[in-house]
Amino acid sequence: MSTVRKLTKGNIALAKGAIEAKCQFYFGYPITPQNDIPEYLALNLPKVGGIFIPAESEIASINMVMGAAASGMRALTSSSGPGISLMQEALSYMAGSDIPCVVVNIMRCGPGLGGIAPTQGDYNQAVHGGGHGDYHNIVLAPASVQEMFDLTIKAFELSDKYRNPAMIISDAMIGQFQEPCRLTPKEPIIVPEKPWALTGASKRKPQLLKSLYLADGEQEAHNLIMKEKYDRMRENETLSEAYQLDDAEIMIIAFGLPSRIAKTAIQNARAEGIMVGLLRPITLFPFPEKAAYEYSSKIKNVLVVEMNTGQMLRDVENYSHRETKISFYGRPGGGVPYPDDIVREIKRALE
Amino acid sequence: MNKIFERPKSLIDTPTHFCPGCTHGIAHRLIAEGLDELNITERTIGIPGVGCSVFLYNYFLIDVLEAPHGRAPACATGMKRAQPDKIVFAYQGDGDMAAIGTSEIIHAANRGENITVFYVNNSVYGMTGGQMAPTTLLGQQTTTSPYGREFKTEGYPIRMAELLATLEGVAYSVRVSLHTPKNVNQAKKAVVKALQMQMDEMGFTMVEFLSTCNTNWRVTPLEALDIIEREMIPYFPLGVFKERTGKDFL
Repeated sequence: MSTVRKLTKGNIALAKGAIEAKCQFYFGYPITPQNDIPEYLALNLPKVGGIFIPAESEIASINMVMGAAASGMRALTSSSGPGISLMQEALSYMAGSDIPCVVVNIMRCGPGLGGIAPTQGDYNQAVHGGGHGDYHNIVLAPASVQEMFDLTIKAFELSDKYRNPAMIISDAMIGQFQEPCRLTPKEPIIVPEKPWALTGASKRKPQLLKSLYLADGEQEAHNLIMKEKYDRMRENETLSEAYQLDDAEIMIIAFGLPSRIAKTAIQNARAEGIMVGLLRPITLFPFPEKAAYEYSSKIKNVLVVEMNTGQMLRDVENYSHRETKISFYGRPGGGVPYPDDIVREIKRALE
Repeated sequence: MNKIFERPKSLIDTPTHFCPGCTHGIAHRLIAEGLDELNITERTIGIPGVGCSVFLYNYFLIDVLEAPHGRAPACATGMKRAQPDKIVFAYQGDGDMAAIGTSEIIHAANRGENITVFYVNNSVYGMTGGQMAPTTLLGQQTTTSPYGREFKTEGYPIRMAELLATLEGVAYSVRVSLHTPKNVNQAKKAVVKALQMQMDEMGFTMVEFLSTCNTNWRVTPLEALDIIEREMIPYFPLGVFKERTGKDFL
């Protein structure tokens, strides 16, 4: 693994990560603030033998992803708020049909057309299922340019491993700023065999990818198999970062951009003698529920910081030790907290 | 004994769910015969839309991807780009293509995707119980046009074969009917031509079948065949609306 790091923009690191992950197919429709991703891939996918199609809509994009993914290929689309809403139908179909894919949401404010400033308003849509039916996306939340690269590779791995859609949710700031980034994978990329892929029934029986189950009990049995899959993810795939929690008397829980701002706030607060640390969920589904429970049972004072009006907050309340005091500081609609804001909220939570 | 008529090898030997008198089964058979004749069954992938067409996977001995309602041309686009050596066809009803899926069909056609779309036009939503579709004829009574379709409020029936023929990416756009043996024979030729053109990488091909839905039309199967002749064909004329002869693009 090369240790060379190059100054790279978040969205570009994500696109490079997709190519490194041997993703050969991108389908997408323009929307700010993610246009760097399709623009980079339009230029660079053909150089590696890949296919880029500027689709007529986000609905078409995700259904093209479905067609390529059903062929056994790694396929990607990216969008933002309104476009991701349009993709929910097909995401539900793909979850129901056990078809893997990776979808990127560089979130913009909502509801409606909203704005393009950094925000985290789509947590519920991503984590608690924006489409119909009893399913989950795998959801990853990068907090740096490096993670835009690494977690894109991780998203393809998990998606293939569980044959389930994976979503990366990020925001305009992480997507648009530049940081030094290692642009080689941490581990060799291995794309698993996909014997289920639809490649023509030659020398084998015909295969079918579908989500329609009409016979008595068939759909229920299918849903219970899916639940087992989600339980395996909960058991084996949670990722989180613990930062200065060993001696903490209060714990911030934040993902993505606010987790970075929280780290500065933690340094400033510690300079004032306030013992504060951070738990940063990296997988939002599966949520790092064991980490949340174990740290909260020890620390018992939690401040949730999000760039919305309190969406991950409900999961934290659900998974924390029941004697935990939980406070919330949220900035919706493009508001970005300053470290001083978070320090103020830490002090308030300690009162 | 010399067998002169048998089930196409590409079809599974099983009863269908189609109502007695419905011509979906004939469309299935013609496509299966086309796959057999061109010897492409083992490299063909079918993508049915939502509606009566969805159960295609129960009847064909081929790989099948079930698409969301109206999205089969987009799924077929992704699949054919991923596997250009395979034969990919979508199978859509008129609700699927001419209503909810207009965007996907028009842009797949306009890009000249090298896929074949079989379009079964029976002028109603069949599976959901005979509601009005964009293809419902003027004056036709359905469960959601109980007083008969009125152009002032519901507009005119949409002609997909003609519409798609205006697009440069389309190599072949044809309307055939399934209501008489002669028409079935012509339909068969159109199916084989469309598949052959895909094999020859000519671009987008579309075969529209005028088809019966005697159950939801509330008529007997024989009366339904007559309705195609008397009412559908005058509005949806049969014929080839576009046929590219070479790999020429403009």
